[in-house]
Amino acid sequence: MSCQGVIIAGAAETDQIGKLPGHSTLMLHCEAALNALADVALTVKDIDGIATVGMPGPVQVAHSLGITPRWMDGTAIGGTSFLLHVRHAAAAIRAGYAGCVLITHGESGRSRVGGTRWQQAPSSPQGQFEAPYGVFGPTTAFTLPALRYMKDYGLTHDQLAYVAVAQRRWAAKNPRAMFRDPITVDDVLASRMVAYPFHLLECCLVTDGGGALVVTSADRAAEFPKPPVHVLGTGESADTPLISQMADLTESAAFRRAGRDAFAEAGITTSEVGHLMIYDAFAHLPIYGLEALGFVKKGEAGPFISDGHTEPGGSLPLNTNGGGLSYTHTGMYGMFAIQEAVRQLRGEAAAQVGGPDGGAVPGISVVLGVGGMFATAGALVLGRQPR
Amino acid sequence: MSSTAKPEPVPTPDTEPFWDGCAAGELRIQRCLDCGRPYFYPRPVCPACGSVQVEWVTASGEATLHSYVINHRPAPGYENDAPYAIAVVQLTEGPRMMTSIVGIPNTPDDLVLDMPLRVRFEPRGDVFLPVFGPVADQ
Repeated sequence: MSCQGVIIAGAAETDQIGKLPGHSTLMLHCEAALNALADVALTVKDIDGIATVGMPGPVQVAHSLGITPRWMDGTAIGGTSFLLHVRHAAAAIRAGYAGCVLITHGESGRSRVGGTRWQQAPSSPQGQFEAPYGVFGPTTAFTLPALRYMKDYGLTHDQLAYVAVAQRRWAAKNPRAMFRDPITVDDVLASRMVAYPFHLLECCLVTDGGGALVVTSADRAAEFPKPPVHVLGTGESADTPLISQMADLTESAAFRRAGRDAFAEAGITTSEVGHLMIYDAFAHLPIYGLEALGFVKKGEAGPFISDGHTEPGGSLPLNTNGGGLSYTHTGMYGMFAIQEAVRQLRGEAAAQVGGPDGGAVPGISVVLGVGGMFATAGALVLGRQPR
Repeated sequence: MSSTAKPEPVPTPDTEPFWDGCAAGELRIQRCLDCGRPYFYPRPVCPACGSVQVEWVTASGEATLHSYVINHRPAPGYENDAPYAIAVVQLTEGPRMMTSIVGIPNTPDDLVLDMPLRVRFEPRGDVFLPVFGPVADQ
């Protein structure tokens, strides 16, 4: 099914992101939702579809906002869930199941307001075959494939570190980014070792915040104050819930499948992409993503980034908000990757690609998200114009 | 000192033969009777062809070091072990599994990818946990 004819009409983040001990998770959802509705000049009464990740989930968020949904999506497959919500909302709008869908994210990832300690059941596959070896969250699992990639494809420690350097150059232009001071490869390699080969600056932030989107039919675009962002192509896929069981530790099969579907649906090639967001929970993610989407060949992404192609002034602007490494990462960063793509296509980003002095604002932005630890993927092709 | 115990696997009906094997000093994996492909972790359907005609076999216990991290922020219960390696080994038969590396210092210099390793079993709660160490050690 094609998702063309559907737009992201409203998009906004919470007033602040970072450290927000005065906000519960639900407060973050509601604030983001109201900001997105203000962005599109609608009210909760105009919304008939709701999508978010539980907890608190679509029922709670809808009830808290006074929305009576006739369509709901609680897809919760990690930080890329919001990309899938956009995909599913587009399908629902085309099918007539919903007219105007609100997608929300809020997470007290840093302050843990009202949070509970998450634990694998000891009888689950992870509980039996991974947790007993001292796995402790993403830093010990998401990172596990990298050494294999480094040996097989010659990625150096300096090149891995440079991913963080390149993204900090974008963050330096973004007043909302948590980390903005320039860093060097030496700074990255001198930062505390978290899980060899990953140093602290090669791991994402942990923050509080939220964001929301309003998705509706392209027929309504003229009603809204901001230029529409067209949903041109979408994809989703899953790999393995156990990081040790990836079919190939040097590539993400889920990235490849989700990306292929999104590009095919949009009818585009990589050469048409002017802006790219790849969910960067850790420094190797942009490398895996660039290769899975076909921007470079296998093994070329490390040098591609360290040669400057993805940083300000480069040919392929990547993670222009600073990414999870420097901007923000609440735990489910996918919402923020979409937000930055929308800002870039509208021409309102803090570190805007193109614009008055730097040529054209991007016409097409691609967002690639990951969920779990290489467990799931979502991809969106977004554009300023319909295809 | 830690007051938290290390996590203990709780076997389920589909994984019991694996843990029974570990207790007997055998590394058991499954093999598809239709397509012949061996696989791990234990589950009732062949991931290659979808067959439910699968059997348990005893693996050689020989493996190579496929990838790893060295964790400096210990999980609860591992405070006295850090920094410690969390590894993926590739069994001679093909499947891969997560494990710990014993009998070698857990440093980047000592842990060389593709080095040969052999299984051994360490008690953990009510089960024996497969871990891997140097071949020459045994």
